[in-house]
Formats: sequence, C-alpha cells, structure tokens
Amino acid sequence: MKNRQKSGLHAVKVEKVPTGIQGLDSITSGGLPRGRTTLVTGNPGTGKTMFGLEFLVRGAELFKEPGVFVSFEENVEEMVANGASLGFDLSKLCSDNLLFMDFVRVERSEIEETGEYDLEGLFIRLKYAIDSVGAKRVALDTIESLFAGLPNTAILRAELRRLFRWLKDRGMTTIITGERGKDSLTREGLEEYVSDCVILLDHRVTEEVSTRRLRIVKYRGSEHGTNEYPFLIGDNGFIVLPITSIGLAYSVGKERISSGIPRLDAMLSGLGYYKGSLVLITGTAGTGKSSMAATFVDAACRRGEKAAFFAFEESPDQIMRNMASIGVNLVRWKDSGLLEFFAERPTAFGLEHHLMKMIHIVEKINPSVVVIDPFSNLPDVGSFKEVRSMIQRLIDYLKGSGVTTLLTSLTSGKRDEEMTDVGISSLADTWLLLKTIEAGGERNRGMYILKSRGMAHSNQIREYVFTDNGIDILDVYVGPEGVLTGSVRLAQEAKERDREEALRKEIERLEINLEKRRSIMEAQLAQVGKEFEYEKNSLANEIDKKNIALKAIAQHKKEMAVSRKADEQGEG
Amino acid sequence: MGDGMDTDNNDEVWELRLYVAGQTQKSVAAFANLKKLCEEHLAGKYRIEVVDLLENPQLAKGDQILAIPTLVRKLPEPIKKIIGDLSNTERVMVGLDLRPV
Repeated sequence: MKNRQKSGLHAVKVEKVPTGIQGLDSITSGGLPRGRTTLVTGNPGTGKTMFGLEFLVRGAELFKEPGVFVSFEENVEEMVANGASLGFDLSKLCSDNLLFMDFVRVERSEIEETGEYDLEGLFIRLKYAIDSVGAKRVALDTIESLFAGLPNTAILRAELRRLFRWLKDRGMTTIITGERGKDSLTREGLEEYVSDCVILLDHRVTEEVSTRRLRIVKYRGSEHGTNEYPFLIGDNGFIVLPITSIGLAYSVGKERISSGIPRLDAMLSGLGYYKGSLVLITGTAGTGKSSMAATFVDAACRRGEKAAFFAFEESPDQIMRNMASIGVNLVRWKDSGLLEFFAERPTAFGLEHHLMKMIHIVEKINPSVVVIDPFSNLPDVGSFKEVRSMIQRLIDYLKGSGVTTLLTSLTSGKRDEEMTDVGISSLADTWLLLKTIEAGGERNRGMYILKSRGMAHSNQIREYVFTDNGIDILDVYVGPEGVLTGSVRLAQEAKERDREEALRKEIERLEINLEKRRSIMEAQLAQVGKEFEYEKNSLANEIDKKNIALKAIAQHKKEMAVSRKADEQGEG
Repeated sequence: MGDGMDTDNNDEVWELRLYVAGQTQKSVAAFANLKKLCEEHLAGKYRIEVVDLLENPQLAKGDQILAIPTLVRKLPEPIKKIIGDLSNTERVMVGLDLRPV
C-alpha cells in the first residue's frame, strides 16, 4: 500500500544499468536499476556467483564501469578460477584497475563477542575497494554468510540496513546474492532490505534434462518480463533466452543469397533465399536433405562467407565423403577454416546444452549461414513443449543475429508431409518439401516450394537429380498423369527429341526444294532473256531493212521527178 | 595444563592489536578496557598496537577485520579475535585465554 503510494508520487522512470548479460537486458528492458541494490537468489548451484561475477566483468569490459567483488565464501584464487571457467580473465581486469576483489572471511570459532560493536570494518574495506578502482558496480556474494559468522543478529541486521543505504548513497549499482529459503526468497530474509529488484535463479531437472531458469520476481518502477526464462551458463557466461522480448522486432533485409542450386534460385523468384531468413527443408528418408544443406553451405563458402554445420546424425567425415560423391567438395572449406563442423549425438547432452553450444559457436565464429542437420533428432532429448520453446528461442536468436539458417527435418512417410515434428513450420520463411514420386515402377525425387515469404516463388513440382556436379533441377514434363519423372520423363524427352528431329528434317527438305525451284526459275529466266535478245536483234534487222527500202523508194521518186522536170512543190 | 599455561604466560610477550575506526566512543572504551586488563594481568609483558582503519584502510584485509572494534591477539599463537568494546572483562579473558593471576 505504502509502496504503491510512493511509486505513484515519484513517477520518474527508473534509470537502468545494462548488465551486458545476454538476453537479460531485453527482459528487464534495459538492465538493473542504477544506483540500487538487486537481490539475486536461488538454491546452491543455480549460478548466483556467476551472475554477480559476469555483471561486474561485463560492466568493466563493455561499459567501462569498474566493479568490486566481495566474496564471503571463496578466496581470490578460487574466484579467479571461477571466472576462468566462463572465459573471464579476472587477474587482468584487476591489474587494469577495472575490478577489485576482496575475500571477507568470518569464522565463528575464532571470534569472541564482548560488548558493543559495529561493522565499520566492512564499510571501510568496501570504501577502500570502491575508491581504489572508482567502482560503479558492487557484488556481494553472499552476504548471508555473515549470519553464520556473527552471533549478534540484531547488530548484523541493523548494519546490513545501514550498508544498503550506504551503497545507495554512493550510487553503487549492487548485486547481492542470497540462498533461497524454504518458504522465503532468502534464508535470512534479505529481501526485506532490498526492495528494488529481485531475481530468482532456478535449476530444475525434468525428464532427465536439466534446465536453468530465471525469473524476475520484482522490479519496482519498471516493466519486466514475468515469465520464467531459460538460461545457460557456458564458456562465455550467461545467456538468457527470452522468447517474448526478441519477439518479432528483428529487422529484415532485402538482401538475397543463393541456395547453391541456380535453378532453385530461379524458382525462388530468381534470387534465392532472403538473407537472415529461416529455411526449412523437410522430406522423407533419402530425399537428399543433407545434400541440399551441403550445397547451400558450399555456395556460402564459395562467396567467402563463414558457415557452421551442426550435424546430429552423421560424422563430419561421413558428410564430406558423401558430398564429394555428388561433386560438392566441403573438405577444402573445412581446411580453409570457412566451414566448421559440430557433430554431436542428440542424446549426448540435454537440449539446453545443445542450444548453449550452438549459440556459443555462433557467437564465436560469427557465421553467415548455419545448418542444423537434422533438427528433427533433437526432440529425443526433451518434451515436445520444451523442444518447441527452445527451438523458437534458437531461431529468434539466429534471426536476430542476421544468420541465414537452414534446418532439415525428417518426416515419416506415414504422416502428413506438410507437418514438422515440433511445429516450427510457422517460423520458417522458406519451406522446401522434398518427396519421392513413385511412378512407372520407380522412385524419383521431386521437390516443391511449400512457401516462401516475401517473394513470388514457383509453384511447380520439380524433379531433381544428383549429378557429379551437384544437384540439378530438371525441366518439368507434364504428361496426362501429372509430372513425369525418371524413365517416363526420359521416354518423354526421347519422344520429344524424335519429333523435333523429324520436324528439322522436314524443314531441311523443304528448304532444298525451295532452292531447287529457285535455280530452275533462274535458268528459265535466263533462257527467256536469251530468246528475247535474239528476237530483238532479228526484229531490229527487219526494221532497218524496211527503213532502207523506204528511203530507196523516196530516192526513186525524186529521181523520177527530176527526169520529168516537175517543179519541186508539185506532187511531193 | 594449568602449569603449562602459567609458564607460557610468564615467558612470552603478548602482542595485541586493536583495530578501531576513528575516535569513537566504542573505540575509546575498548582501548581503556584493554589497557586496564593488561595492566592487571600482563603487566610488563604486553604490547598494544592500535590500528586506525580510517587512516590505513588497506590493513583491514590482513586480519580479516569486519567488526569495529576488533582485538587481535597476534602472539602468543594461535591468533584470537575478540570483537566489541571489551566491556565484559570475563569474556575478554576467555577470549584471550588469560587466566586470572
């Protein structure tokens, strides 16, 4: 009641400090409350110390905020070793003045209490630590140990209250850890002192698979995700996998990348997959899903991009050998370091571990394409719901990182082919369905694009074959009974070839005929010309003769007139 | 056992260190109580060193000091720690393994 009134009066937004812990900052919409104390509580082994440690390390590395780590349980050497297990070099951070570690040991058997005292010594040590590195962040792990060491809890409680006030006054963003009690968040009721933010860590084993979960119990003055979020602790620290917070906010590009099969690219409106999208290839056994995947990887490496191949079924050597048989040489990419294989039996680890490994690898090598072949084996290691939520998280993560992901999934012939094991088809941007087509006493491979978001894709069912140079998609032959494949297609092709040949011959014949006609016509023309020439000449001769005769007659007349002595104008 | 303790007490120099933080009431009281007790039971064979952590905060780490005031018996070994203003003489004696003369 009182709290509500308070927050109503101070409607100022809580200033936040990004923790740098993957995923946590998105759940808390920005991080932990700045200058306040956050309680991290959980059973032993849930990762409280690691949480505190990473908060300081990330603060130092990413945000240049030095930190003070006060351990009440482990000495400095042990802390350095702990840090090393997460890939943190604590000694270096200390020598760089970005971290100050102090080990506070309280041994009840060594201490005799007599009279009044306070914990000013702890304050002085903290102050000294904070001043020596100019700390902005503090982690106290776990201050509850003091209850075991100091008999007078009345003094202790009063001093703790003073300590948290003191840290607040100094603007320290603090994490204190606490052991979870039976009925309370912490055994000693630390939550009573810390009212700003409480995070609960949990480690559960269900169906023999262990899962770590994190929940924000309380975050005063701030919105936060209220779900339980799975998290992983791996070689690079914490990764919290928020499903709802990444949501659908990732940006999408228009860039396209080739599938490695030119004619498949053509089917995908000529350009291939979208970069950063999720490609799902499903099909029954032996339809060539792995080969499709390998071709895709090969194309990426040809472009000089990095690729990660997660194999859950075959060993890398086996994959490389098999792919060499269809002319896809993956060995060179592996040797040049562009392609990295990660082969694991699905049952070797829990689902959480697999995802953690995959995310770490993606973090580490930063590939442009990722192949998981096949992911349908993963459900062996968890319940349907868990697998689904984990895969969604993984896909969200990959999409958020701009990685183009290709998943293959085995579907059993009995069930509906347009269905996947864990119902992730709705997440897929492009879905290729490979199937065997049985006709004419043969099984042949056919594929079609079941969907491909954001592009005008082909709607044809195409046959494809494995050649010595990779996968080739063939022309479509549609017969009276549908698409023709295999020998039927070959027969159809032959028939068409014969028809073409016949037509070509007919044309050739006609052309020869035409040529013949033309030469006959030309010969005839020449003959007519010659005849005309002859006739023209003889007629001209005739005309000449007649003209001469005509002149002779005129001459004769004149002579006659002369002889008669007729005048010239007379009869003429 | 009693005999052995007596000989120890006779031979050895007691090295005591009192950690304080400034001249607080508790610190002053602790020093006065300690001084009185030593004069009564360890006359001539004790040495008291007062460490003010406000001046030398880095010294708090060495003896794992949390509470103020803290009395540390450096010698004779083993190290003993007594926290508080040392107002309860009986408990201080027990804490220091001192037997009344």
